[in-house]
This record gives sequence, structure tokens and C-alpha cells, in this order.
Amino acid sequence: MTGIDVAAPPPVLRFADVGRDDVPAAGGKGASLGELMRAGIRVPDGFVVTTAAFRSAVAALDLGSRVAALDPADAAAVTAACGEMRSIVESAPLPPEVADAVVAGYHRLAAERGAEDLPVAVRSSATSEDGAEDSFAGLQDTYLWVRGADAVLRDVRRCWASLYSVESVTYRRRRGIAETDLAMAVVVQEMVGARSSGVMFTRSPLTGDRSVVAIDASWGLGSAVVSGDVTPDSFVASKITGEITRRTVSTKSRWHQPDPHGAGVVEGEVPENLRDVPSISDAEIVELIAIARRVEAHYGCPQDIEWAVSRTAPAGESIVLLQSRPETVWAGKDAAASPQKVAAPAARAFDHVFHALGGKRRAEG
Amino acid sequence: MSQPSGERAFPLPSQIDAVPGAEGWEEMYPYFSRFQPEDDQRFWFYNSMHFPEVVPAFDGLTSEIPYTAIGANTARLFSFPTTLGIEYRILNGRVYITANPVTDAGKIEERLAHFQERAGHYYANWDRLYDGWQGRIEALIAEIEAVEVPRLGELDDLSVVMESRGYASNHLLRENFHRCIDLYSKMWHHHTEFLMLGYGAYVVFFDFCRQAFPEIGDQTVARMVAGMDVTMYRPDDELKKLAALAVELDLADLFVEGNEPDKVLSGLAGRGDAGRRWLAALEEAKDPWFNVSVGDGFYHHHLSWADDLTVPFAALPRYVEQVRAGEDLTRPTDRLAQERERIADEYRALLGSDDEKAAFDQMLGLCRQVFPYIESHKFYCEHWFTTRFFQRIRAFGALLADRGVLAEADDVFHLRHPEVEDALADVQLAWASGGKELGARHWQPIVARRKEIVEALSRWSPPPALGPVPDSMNDPAVQMLWGVTDETITTWLGGEELDEHTVRGYAASPGVVEGVARVLMSVNDIGSIREGEVLVCPVTAPSWGPVFGKIAAAVSDIGGSMSHAAIVAREYGMPAVVGTGQATAKIRTGDRLRVDGDRGVVTILR
Repeated sequence: MTGIDVAAPPPVLRFADVGRDDVPAAGGKGASLGELMRAGIRVPDGFVVTTAAFRSAVAALDLGSRVAALDPADAAAVTAACGEMRSIVESAPLPPEVADAVVAGYHRLAAERGAEDLPVAVRSSATSEDGAEDSFAGLQDTYLWVRGADAVLRDVRRCWASLYSVESVTYRRRRGIAETDLAMAVVVQEMVGARSSGVMFTRSPLTGDRSVVAIDASWGLGSAVVSGDVTPDSFVASKITGEITRRTVSTKSRWHQPDPHGAGVVEGEVPENLRDVPSISDAEIVELIAIARRVEAHYGCPQDIEWAVSRTAPAGESIVLLQSRPETVWAGKDAAASPQKVAAPAARAFDHVFHALGGKRRAEG
Repeated sequence: MSQPSGERAFPLPSQIDAVPGAEGWEEMYPYFSRFQPEDDQRFWFYNSMHFPEVVPAFDGLTSEIPYTAIGANTARLFSFPTTLGIEYRILNGRVYITANPVTDAGKIEERLAHFQERAGHYYANWDRLYDGWQGRIEALIAEIEAVEVPRLGELDDLSVVMESRGYASNHLLRENFHRCIDLYSKMWHHHTEFLMLGYGAYVVFFDFCRQAFPEIGDQTVARMVAGMDVTMYRPDDELKKLAALAVELDLADLFVEGNEPDKVLSGLAGRGDAGRRWLAALEEAKDPWFNVSVGDGFYHHHLSWADDLTVPFAALPRYVEQVRAGEDLTRPTDRLAQERERIADEYRALLGSDDEKAAFDQMLGLCRQVFPYIESHKFYCEHWFTTRFFQRIRAFGALLADRGVLAEADDVFHLRHPEVEDALADVQLAWASGGKELGARHWQPIVARRKEIVEALSRWSPPPALGPVPDSMNDPAVQMLWGVTDETITTWLGGEELDEHTVRGYAASPGVVEGVARVLMSVNDIGSIREGEVLVCPVTAPSWGPVFGKIAAAVSDIGGSMSHAAIVAREYGMPAVVGTGQATAKIRTGDRLRVDGDRGVVTILR
């Protein structure tokens, strides 16, 4: 898709209509989901409530001047003002074109998936590349198993409102970030009834080894793994041969599941008979490795991927991706460190043997 | 990795209890193979890779001679900087070994200079020298094949007189027997000639890969190195060709499960020209390709396929069935070669700099250069030559039985080789004097007693190691040949902490399966294994290859990830866990097992 006018994108864009260059309109998460879809990776369908929608809905509330007037050192004043601003964002009437677009987007998605009150995930999608800002700004908001257009509208506004949390506002004030630069997209995505979910890195988080995929997996929704509520199963496999070099099956006592009463997520105990059983099969590991290879090749750098195994989809089509972003920890270490040499070529190939068997430790680094 | 601590120890050699019924076992082995009091101060491990069973008296030669060769190679020929040779001891019929390290920095430096000159010559001229080796080993095999046991008739052959040979044929008993021992010794020197240099190249590349890719699996590294044209696969390939021929000649009905070789052969005799053609093809394939021991060539009773057709004929029905089903049994070497290149290319591409890529190519290239020797020498040495060697010794046994010294030919293997020389001198003297051999009264009770001892010792469960735990296990020879590292020792030490339903070893070949265990303590029982069972044995030998087609997984007490068992299991795409140290002690035939070849764990599900 080309031709999105960054100055004035529509309030809602389908995943199929965004790609990796659309971060200003769709945020990182939204752009990445669209991009994955374009790369032919299975992603639950959905749409992005764009930064344009945010601007027309929130900018109109004129909160910028109130934030600018705050003294970040005055905690009491900041707390009071933030509480007020958040409730304004959550309750102010939406511009009709925004509300209509979100409602229409939801109904179309629900109709396509054949479920009137299709459960969706509503997640904030930041426009900033700065990971630190994400954590300070509370941009990690995720609402799971949301049903119905009204609930979607409510949670989209909750995501926006998170920009007016004490942490977020304080952060912007301390960093001198202009309120006029403020923008946020929100992703609305079909919820996967996940039998198992997890994360995977296309390089080892332990050693930085780029030849392996490290997979963490547990029963139920991925929020249990991401939040650290459970010690997941852990697998390390060669991305090149598929050989599984490490396999740790943990006792998984907690899981997150859709609330059986309709909406939301409940946390609970994993039944006894599943706790010590691997949460994914070897065939699924093979599939995950294949997906990891494709995604990494598509982006050209190691990725940090969230995935789920659908409870209902047939085997071979059951794995979906919920997010992929560049791996940052080892990328940072690589950039900071002087290039580590394992070995340099020798005058003759067999000189390597002399070095190794010569009784001296090989020079490090 | 946890470091083995000096506080924990294996049993000391002097503390091992006597095995009831095996009193006097020491007489079966030479004095220099016995544990000495001071040996309690050193670390020893059980070489069950090569000696998984009790060693009969004659077979003591298969430890004595190899250790004269391998130590000479590392200590005296090539001057490996940090190691001398291997010392061995026999305890209750089992072979324990230890390496003599060089620790003095000055001495290492001195040895390194020689190593560079000597090993450098071999590496720099590898292909030419290996070519020469091929000629030497084939000449040696021709020599052992030419050794004859003299016939001692009423009168010596007329030609001895007419051609004025000058010595009677009883002399040849001594000379020709000795010739067998001499050639066997020479074979072992040739066996080790390139061995440690070859493994050196492997170790360098493995280390490089582990540094560049800290989480790479051994199997992956092995796959980058492995060659396509592997001599050890050839016997199996010949068998597949015979299966195809059986189908082509419409003889498939004879090759069904449970049909013993005799039955098949007599059936073929009744099938006219087709039967004759198949038998001719069998004879053609036999020499040399059936000179492959069902063991690893260290025991006289591990007969070759040529000596006993049970193993190859046990594999034929399945191949015949596959051929009839239209399956292509030829190894997809093109695809395997492409896959090997793809794997190497992708790993190379992940390296951070051109320098590293160049080093990777150098090391990988060196490994691939040495691979043919590493993979092929076993066929020529342990299998072809050794089959011929044991056949000759058995023929001397037949002569001794014929002369009434022994009750039967195979009893010769219950005498140490100097004792065989004594018995032959007895025959020489009796034939010369016209008297009677005195050996029956002397040797037959000894042989009978030794059979009892071997039987009693076979019930002993040898500890994986003896003596104090070393600070670190970094002898290159021990690492390369036996795969014994600090981690192995930790596993051995931790043996008693594992629950009784779990056995851990090396993950040698990936995959997870469940199946019923068949524990085979001796390869001679291999005929009893059934389709879909899990083979559990002291050591898996490459010549069992065809049977791998029948089984669901393989578990062994000893072996490393570059052992032949591991390579063959991967070739057959079957899970294997090797080097468990205790599988045969813990698992019983009939147990239901889960074999996890990814993690190296075997779980007993009973």
C-alpha cells in the first residue's frame, strides 16, 4: 500500500493497508502487524485506530497547555491534574467521524470472522522508536478479550488516556517533549483462543548466538508469559538445521484464559495433568522455527516475536503471530562492544590445530 | 558447567570386591595389565566404548597392542604437546584407561616445536600420505590373508625336500602364528597413524563453532563435516543391492522375517538359475564388504557377516519389502551433499567478519580433508583386517583341536597369545619326535576354568570410573576418542542421584519415540531384536547398521556424539542416546521406554 497521506490519514486503517513505513500513522505495533501480513505471515486480522484519529479526538480537548503548565516536581499537583485529564479523555464525546470509523471497523471485522461480538485485543501502538519512552509512558496498555463496539471504543480511549498517566506526563515534562508531538495509534485485533502462547527470539537471549531460536511457551494466553506470571517451557533450536539443543519443560502452574462469562481475562491454576507436559509439540517447534526464519529474513535483523497456537485452527495453520519487533538487547551490546573475533585465518589451515593443541589458551577477543 | 570437585570420588581400584566364582581371573591377562597399589591415586575410566564385554584371555591382545600403537603415535612420533600416551589396566575382565598428561610448561613448549615439524609434515601432505596409507593397509591385509596354517602330515611335503627349502613345516607353526601377531601389531600402528591428527582437526572446528555459536549442537557441527562417500556404509549398500536383486530375480518370497540363513540358502539352491545368480552376487559382495564385524573388532566372538550371515540376513527381509513397495533405497547423496553445503553456508553467513569466515573455511576444509580417513580406516583396520586376523587364529585353534591339545578350535581364544605359542611348540615337538602332545592334560582344565570365570565376570557391573576425580579432564586424546569431559564425569558422579527411571547420556540423534526395550549384552544376540523395539546395549557398533532399519531408537552405555553409532543413527533418522554409562544396568528387556534424542534422556515408563 502506498499513498497514505501522513499528514491526514483516515481514522481507521485495516492491517492489510499498512506496512513498515506507516509507523507515523499506525504506530510500531500496527505497522509491524501489517508488514507481517504482507510478508505472508499468519496474523489475526484487525485494524488500526490511527494517530489521525487520536489527534482529532484528543488534540481537540486542548490538554496540551495544561500539561505544559505543570511543574513536574510538584507531585501532588501532577497527580491531581493527571487524574482529571485521564477521565476527560476517557469520557469526552468522540468526534462522530472517529467513533463511526471505529464502530464500522469493528463490525466489518466481526462480520468477516462470522461472530457478532467477536472478541478482540485492544492494544496501544507507540509511534516512538524509543523503547525507554514506552516503558515510562505507559504505552504497554493491552485490553484482552474485549467484546462489542462500545467496549472497543471505551478501551481505545483508555489507551489514549494512558498518555496522561503521572509517569507519562512526568516523563514528557522532564524530557521537554512538546505536547504537540504527542501521538498514539491503537491496534484492534481479533483475539485468538490460544491453547498455548509465548515469545521467541531469533537469537539466543542468553548468549546472543544468532544461529538459534529461543522459544518460551506456556498454556493459555500469552499475557501469562509476558507478565512473568508463569515459568514457561523453554526450547532452543538451531534455526539452520532445526536441531533442538535445549529443552526445558517447566512446571507451569498459572495460566490466563478468556473469562467464561463473556469478556475479559481471568488468571487461574493450570490443571494438574497439564502442568508438567510440554505446552507445544515438536511439530509446532519446527513450524515456529520456520516462521522465525521468514520474519527475520523479512526484516533483516533478529526479532522478538509474540505468537500463539490457536485452539481451533487445524494443525499446520494454527500458529499466528501477535507481534514482531527488532531484538534490542544484543543489538545494543553488539553496537557497544568492539567486534569480538573468534578466530582469524592462519597462514595454513593446520596452524589452527597447533594453536589449539599447543597447550596455550587461545588469545581471547 | 559444574566442575567436578576433588571431594567426590569413584571407588578405588583396590576397594573393588572380588567377583564370586571368578577367583584367579588375573591369570587370564598379562602382569602389566594389573592394577598396582599406587594406581589408587589416579583417575581411571572404563573403556566400555571398545571393551563392552569381559575380555577373553586371547582378546587381551586387543587392548595390549592398540595401546602400544596409539601412545607411540602421540607421545613418540608426533610429540603431541600436552599428552603422552594411554595406560590401561584390566579389572575383573574390563579395561580401564587413563591418559598421561604433560603439564610442565617448558616441556610442552619443547614438544610443541617437534609437533609442528612432524604433524605439519602430515597435514601439509595429507592427501598424498593418505594415498600411501591406503596402499600400505591393503598390502597388510593381503599379507594377513596369505598367512597359512601349515599342514602337518605323516611326512612333510615332497617339495620341501626337492626344493631344498631347508626347514620343515612345523617351523611354520611358530613363524606363521607369530606373523599374525606381528601383522596385527603393525595394523594398529597404521590405524593410529592419522587418527589423532584427524581428530585434532575435528576438535579445532568443534571448538570454533562452539565459540562462534555458543548454543550449536554437536550434531549440527558433525553434519557440516560429514562426507558422502563413507566406506562404512558400503556393506549396508551392498545388502540393499542384494535385496533389489532378490526382487528382480523373483526370489523375494525367500526373504521373510524369521527365515534363518540356512533356510534361505537351501531355498535358493532349489531356484535354478535365479538362485545361482543371487548366490554369485552374494559371493561377489562378501569379499571384501562382508568382512565387517558385528562388533567393533575387539572380540574374537564378534563374528563378521562373512563368518555368520545372521545379521545381514536379518536385515534383508525389510529391504526386500521396501524394494517391493517401490522405495528407493539408495542414499540420496546429492540431496545430503546440498544440505551439508546449505548448513555450512548459513552458519558462515552469520559470522561477523570476513576474517572469521576465512578461518571457518580453513577449519571446515581441514575437517573435510581428514574425514575420509576418520570414517574409512575402521573398515580397513577393525573390520576387514581384524576379521582375517581372527579367522587365522581360529585356524590355528582348529589345528590345536585337531592335534588333541584343545577340545575345540575356539578354545584357543581362552589362552593368552604367549600360551598359544607354548601350545604350538608342544605340537611342533610332538610332530618332530613322533611322540604325543602333552597339552590336553594341561590346557583343557585351564580353558574350562576360564570359561567359568568369563561367565562369572560377565555378571559384574563395572563402575564407569575409578579413583579420585580429576580437577579437570582436558587430555586431548581422551576428549577426542572417548568424548570424556568434565561434564561426562559429572554425569557419572551424579549417576546415583538420578531417579531409577531416568538414564541420561549424549543426545546423539534427534527425535523422541516410545518403544519396548531389547537389552542386548552381546551382539551375538542381535537376531532376537524385533521390529520397532528400542535397542539397549553396552555400545552400538556401525556394523549393526542394517538392524537400525528395524529398531525405533538406540541407547548405549558409551559413545560420543561423533561416534559411529551417532552417525549411523542420524543417517537412519532415528533417536539415539549414547554414553549413558548405565543403560544396560538399569533397563530390562520388555521395559517401555521413552527415548528423547533431543535431550539425551531415556525414561523407563514401567
